[in-house]
Amino acid sequence: MTDLYFSAALPELLLAFSGLALLMLGVFMGPSSTRLVSWLAVAVLLAASVLALTPEASRTTAFSGLFVADPFASFAKVLAFLATAATILMGLEFNRREGFDRFEYPVLMIFAALGMSMMVSANDLMSLYMGLELQSLSLYVLAAFRRDSVKATEAGLKYFVLGALSSGLYLYGASLIYGFSGTTNFETLAASMIDQAGAVPLGAMFGIVFVSAALAFKISAAPFHMWTPDVYEGAPTPVTAFFAAAPKVAAIALFARVLVEPFGPLAKDWQQIIVFIAIASMLIGAFAAIAQTNIKRLMAYSSIGHIGYALVGLSAGDETGVRGVLVYMAIYLAMNLTAFAAILCMKREGKMVETISDLAGLARTQPLVAAALAIAMFSMAGIPPLAGFFGKLYVFLAAVSAGLYPLAVIGVLASVVSAYYYLRIVKIMYFDAPVGAGFDRGLDAGPAAVLGVGAAFTLLFFAWPAPLVGAASVAAAALFGG
Amino acid sequence: MLAAIVFYVFSAILVASAAMVIVARNPVHSVLFLILCFFNAAGLFVLMGAEFLAMILVVVYVGAVAVLFLFVVMMLDVDFVKLREGFARYLPVGAAVGLVLAAELVFVLAPWAFSASVPEAISMPIPDPGEIHNTKALGLVLYTDYAYLFQAAGLVLLVAMVGAIVLTLRDREGVKRQSIARQVARTRGEGVETVSVKSREGVDV
Repeated sequence: MTDLYFSAALPELLLAFSGLALLMLGVFMGPSSTRLVSWLAVAVLLAASVLALTPEASRTTAFSGLFVADPFASFAKVLAFLATAATILMGLEFNRREGFDRFEYPVLMIFAALGMSMMVSANDLMSLYMGLELQSLSLYVLAAFRRDSVKATEAGLKYFVLGALSSGLYLYGASLIYGFSGTTNFETLAASMIDQAGAVPLGAMFGIVFVSAALAFKISAAPFHMWTPDVYEGAPTPVTAFFAAAPKVAAIALFARVLVEPFGPLAKDWQQIIVFIAIASMLIGAFAAIAQTNIKRLMAYSSIGHIGYALVGLSAGDETGVRGVLVYMAIYLAMNLTAFAAILCMKREGKMVETISDLAGLARTQPLVAAALAIAMFSMAGIPPLAGFFGKLYVFLAAVSAGLYPLAVIGVLASVVSAYYYLRIVKIMYFDAPVGAGFDRGLDAGPAAVLGVGAAFTLLFFAWPAPLVGAASVAAAALFGG
Repeated sequence: MLAAIVFYVFSAILVASAAMVIVARNPVHSVLFLILCFFNAAGLFVLMGAEFLAMILVVVYVGAVAVLFLFVVMMLDVDFVKLREGFARYLPVGAAVGLVLAAELVFVLAPWAFSASVPEAISMPIPDPGEIHNTKALGLVLYTDYAYLFQAAGLVLLVAMVGAIVLTLRDREGVKRQSIARQVARTRGEGVETVSVKSREGVDV
């Protein structure tokens, strides 16, 4: 037995132990503890991101090679933890108003974050699966958290059944790969794949296809996106914001690691799969969103489209591509959380409303919210100089330098189509007459803070992009250097 | 020779009872056939020398899962006839999909090739059964090399439990609960009342 290297897994240990401790705290203090547990959960997540920020200088494997800590994992972990903390803050008041402010909510969020961090640090097909299941199981429960709502229950059940199916696909693919190579460890797998470069045996190829399909389901890329709109619409809004943010980053980082590390030698074989998924997601995201009237469904299609753009970077399959993916996902987080914070303000006479036409005249009734939402929408549409433009720029540059011209062209065209529905929201907010007295005054502190920070980041990213892009470069280099 | 006969007996019963699980009209019969199925699969494991897996199959699947199914089937008022509606209608499509999948499996598995590096790469070679029995062999790696996965599985189960409680536990009004503190603090005065009864009048209770 080799050394365990607990020090490589400090953020995970912190999350696991504080998750257990907060659960005990909640159980013994009773229902009144929700606020305290939520704030402690936010503090724990922030502490975990600080721990993740100071990783070992180089790549360290721990727990007999099941776990790896490297700058790539740290980058994804920090993003996932911050997004989780932000969504806990956004949900505080909402959950209380809607009558499901239970202390299990932040605890499940912590366990989901732990699952994500185990996913991005996985160095073995088995540890990948454990992380994936820990995260997914927490998400299924969160989707159905408002248990008295039929829609939320339906969303939870649908997500659970389809998620279980995709886990089955993953396990089947993993067992085919294990059957072919006799190992589940990423490093040894890569070595046994190099031997086969040129003529990939059918069994291993099928395994890779199954694993890719399962991971594509988890990031809700087309054609495995069917669950997304229903789940996003049915789940409580803070949970939807969470679904669209942290798990996406973790899953796409995991996808990148799986494709680059164990299956790196077969890049030519998986590249066509990723190109297809990317094109399908961008087109579905662009066209299916046009007809939506519910803003949460619209955001679901929009997130499918954004995953497509991120996959454009991944399909380049090189260091620039992965750097593009990481930058894109970081910017996507900021835009998406801003948009959802604005959606959480859509409250009329104490009741939440969700249709796009309800936004009419927001610019006159609540100019600041309207401005923040407009920034998020312009940025998602990819209009310079907002952050979203740079995200797209990096992934398309990677695609072009890898010679994938058709993919880049389709991507640009799809983003033009999607600009239509993003700009329509801006038009409704600024040029349509308000319905009644507009939304209720008095923003909750959580969404207001996220709205301000997110909008400021999106607006001012161009002024000082170096820290984010630099960190992403280091992370991408670590993935390819290891 | 004997091993072959036992193998075919176990497999034949296994396949037949698996078929009965899905065609039996009565859901309770289905679950009972499922249990038969598990026992025969356990028998096959024993034949292959995997006695630990065989026992786990019996303990976990027969002891817990199948009994849980039986409880669900008997306790919940599910109209299985209604659930089965359209079974015949969907059968052709389902059978076609199944056939395609089976054909694909053959297509993948028939030309199966192992990687050339399997001997060096294999993560946990199967130890010689003569030297160490497989329960011990599993135990040696499960809590050492795979401790991380073991703990992670524990967390997954914890989340499942938290989820089940969050989604189903409700505080109901008017449910009588035991409060040991109150029971212990009870005095004679609260529980007993002395009434002097006059002859021929009785008492109002």
